[in-house]
Amino acid sequence: MGNDDLVTTRLETLVNFFREKGVNWARKNSLWPMPFATACCGIELMATGASRYDVARFGAEVMRFSPRQSDLLICAGRVAIKMMPVLQRIYLQMAEPKWVISMGACASTGGVFDTYAVVQGVDQFLPVDVYVPGCPPRPETLIEGIMAIQRLVEKEGIRPSAEREKGMRHVVQPTYQLTMPTAAE
Amino acid sequence: MLAALQSKFPSMSLELRPLVVRTNKPADQFYVRVEPGALLEVMRFLRDDERTKFEQLIDLTCVDYLNFPDAADRYGVVYSLLSLTHNHRLWIKCFVNDPKPTVPSVTSIWKSADWMEREVFDMFGVVFEGHPDLRRILTWDEFEAYPLRKDYPLRGKGEREDYPVIHRTDA
Ligand code: SF4
Repeated sequence: MGNDDLVTTRLETLVNFFREKGVNWARKNSLWPMPFATACCGIELMATGASRYDVARFGAEVMRFSPRQSDLLICAGRVAIKMMPVLQRIYLQMAEPKWVISMGACASTGGVFDTYAVVQGVDQFLPVDVYVPGCPPRPETLIEGIMAIQRLVEKEGIRPSAEREKGMRHVVQPTYQLTMPTAAE
Repeated sequence: MLAALQSKFPSMSLELRPLVVRTNKPADQFYVRVEPGALLEVMRFLRDDERTKFEQLIDLTCVDYLNFPDAADRYGVVYSLLSLTHNHRLWIKCFVNDPKPTVPSVTSIWKSADWMEREVFDMFGVVFEGHPDLRRILTWDEFEAYPLRKDYPLRGKGEREDYPVIHRTDA
């Protein structure tokens, strides 16, 4: 096996790298989202994945439609009560460690749909890590939400889920700012 | 159309009534009130007779007339018919009341009634006798209320809070 040396050196480099940075460095740069897009927010989610906003820049473009292959649940849009058990089952089937983004007013609070059929916030039934505000949130805001998850993953270390019992409950601030031209200009 | 109906069912007092009442325009859409007991017979006649030929059931829905001015009955089941042969339309209304509003199912006449009757059953609690598979279609199976009844509160009666919660420890 003439290549043994090469393999050993490379592995060593890798191991050292992970020792320095932690496995969470890799984790944070390869989030695999499970899109649970039920309404208009889902369209913004698609836009976030498409070329203009290109969520691939954050390593989070591998949308998985099987919960077993994903670690980031993006709940985009209103969730009907009939749908809640489905969402819960998807969450339970996702691989550990996993994170949840609640995207938009509807997913976080029920939005304008204050009716008998719509869940008034998915966090009532699921642990949510990051709330992305807006109706709908712009793709920039969702990306900010994904980056917030990345910051969490990096900081967190490898902790058992039970320790993160309630979810992180971070709220992302809208990233854009309106700048008004001054009179002097 | 009405003449054909009246000649076939002389014992019933069938008359055309305006479907929508506008203040200063003559009505151009009409409905006929039919009693639930005679519904199947009338519908089958309307589909098969050469003069009417309503091949298509466009829509089947229900109106809750609770607190409606001058309304004598609570639920009005509305059938919207279209004849492609003659290019004419007719609405049939069938009024029913609590405690157990029941009309015969028209699935044996128009197959398209299947899901629409399930929807009306789900939302208003009107029972369609003879329906092959009368289950809820839009809401979930354990749901007990009929949400489009006017006396059902918009925000429900606590159904939306009443679900098991998943914690991280469960995962
Ligand atoms: S938050 Fe707004 S954009 Fe998003 S699903 Fe609700 S209504 Fe649609």
